[in-house]
Amino acid sequence: MSLMKRKPTRRVAVIGAGLSLFMRRALETGKELSYYAASQALETCGVRLKDIGAVVMATAPDAFDGVHMKGEWLLDGAGATRKPYLRAYVGGGSGVFSIISGWMMVASGLFDLVLVVAEEKMSSCQPHPQGAFLTIFDQIIERPLGPNLLWIFSLEQHRYMATYGIRNDDIARVSVKNKHNAIAHPAAQVATEITVKDVLASEVVAWPVHRLMVSPVSDGAAAIVLASEKVASRFTDKPVWVQGVGWCLDTSYWGNRDLAYPRYVEKAAKMAYEMAGITEPRKQIHVVEPYDPFAYKELHHLEGLQLADRGKAPEDLAHGRFERTGELPSCPSGGLMGVGNPIAAAGLMKVCELFWQLRGEAGARQVPGAPERGVAQAWGDLMQVGTVAVLGLQ
Amino acid sequence: MMAHLPKRSPVVQGTAPPYRALRGNPLSDAEFRTGVLTTAWTPTLEYAWDAGEAISEFLDGLRQGKILGVRCRRCGRVVTPPRAFCELDFKPMDEWVELASTGTVNTFSICYVTWDMKPLRRPQLPAVIEIDGTNPRGGFLHLVGGVPGRSVEEIRRRVRVGMRVQAVWKPRAQRDGAITDIRYFAPVASGRSR
Repeated sequence: MSLMKRKPTRRVAVIGAGLSLFMRRALETGKELSYYAASQALETCGVRLKDIGAVVMATAPDAFDGVHMKGEWLLDGAGATRKPYLRAYVGGGSGVFSIISGWMMVASGLFDLVLVVAEEKMSSCQPHPQGAFLTIFDQIIERPLGPNLLWIFSLEQHRYMATYGIRNDDIARVSVKNKHNAIAHPAAQVATEITVKDVLASEVVAWPVHRLMVSPVSDGAAAIVLASEKVASRFTDKPVWVQGVGWCLDTSYWGNRDLAYPRYVEKAAKMAYEMAGITEPRKQIHVVEPYDPFAYKELHHLEGLQLADRGKAPEDLAHGRFERTGELPSCPSGGLMGVGNPIAAAGLMKVCELFWQLRGEAGARQVPGAPERGVAQAWGDLMQVGTVAVLGLQ
Repeated sequence: MMAHLPKRSPVVQGTAPPYRALRGNPLSDAEFRTGVLTTAWTPTLEYAWDAGEAISEFLDGLRQGKILGVRCRRCGRVVTPPRAFCELDFKPMDEWVELASTGTVNTFSICYVTWDMKPLRRPQLPAVIEIDGTNPRGGFLHLVGGVPGRSVEEIRRRVRVGMRVQAVWKPRAQRDGAITDIRYFAPVASGRSR
């Protein structure tokens, strides 16, 4: 059954991309970080702010900044002053949801040029930004148990492992791969060469999760410029098209859900693939940037994205399938585990990576074989949202 | 204020995108701790949450030593935590169901840190417990307890996914209609008949 009423006909292109450094703690405010990324995205494609019709901004919980309605507070840094402005917010899924929201604005015919900015400054929250996450748990039947954010990841990872008989060293390989890939990323915060042994020797924070399986606390920003087909050709002869978008949220009763498989990611992916005309994802997708805030999440998401059999992504990883030079390069950027995890910005950083990879401009990070189509995916809220964007050269 | 900071040269990388200087001034821990660059604020907010129709009944059940669920006759599900309406059929739930105080460990974790990353000497054992009588099987977040040992190896020898557990209740007089009226779920002694 089709997931869409009708396929959109107006094509939307990504024509520019920009980033700030990703850092544990930045001197800059969120506005300043946003300005860095947004101005770079505009400069790279030669679009002036006055030509931008509308602005989308993604930024995760207000509680990180201690600023209620921080989307409104940040908008100056996103270039949105006196413009139609939208904050796109689905927790960790926000980075990819921001391009989906910007796509809707252009595909609908409302605007020809939309600036999409994603920012996060987690470091303000003391003594640890995990404090901001405590309020995601149900206030009546969960918080009295004293939960912390690591619980949900360690519970989900363990269910994934127990269901399919996956071992922790299979999961640790994700940290090794992504931290290695990030060495070639100028924005990277935690790039390094490590081994599976190092990961398993790092302290157990919440078994089965070890410290080196967790992405860092980060400050940073990312931005892209979206254009309608007619306008895109004025600025670039190498547009990267948004071929499909999809998103889906599952129930908040997460104890009633299958934690071994992200069905909501599957549904989001199928919507995006249908729009993009993808019938055989494993053949028709050449590079992928799945969301990797914890090591196992990359594998979990590759399965939800239909790019690996259920429970088999760890085996594919061990066989080298997801290396930068493998059959299906996964997180060639270095992902959240290597570049860093300023939440909303990390998701849009993945979109930026596809933009460069598909244009053949990724330099030291370029995947071989002239990829023509890529998928970026993010995840979040209470383990319940999948956001997917398919980008391609056609 | 910015004059106090040493001048940093922006990172330039010619070999990988975005092929331009990336802006940003990373602060060291020491710079941050000196406090010159920051102001601090501690929010003082208080909330009084209403438990709602369904969860009020659930909490009252816990006070009486019962785990309650609800049934939707249209989709046939029996679920807990209870809810006033079926989120799939979008109609009121049809009836209350008293579930067993036993269940199965769907997944568990052995957590050695607090939310602000301070070490815990005795780990917490959060778990998702599938409560008997639910259909399809499901349940809620709670804790596994009554298990000796502190190391991963010791705990994993005694706690497994798929293991049978039973609720250990607070004494009746100490219950106050809260999820913590169940102190934890303890392993059902092996060999004991159910």
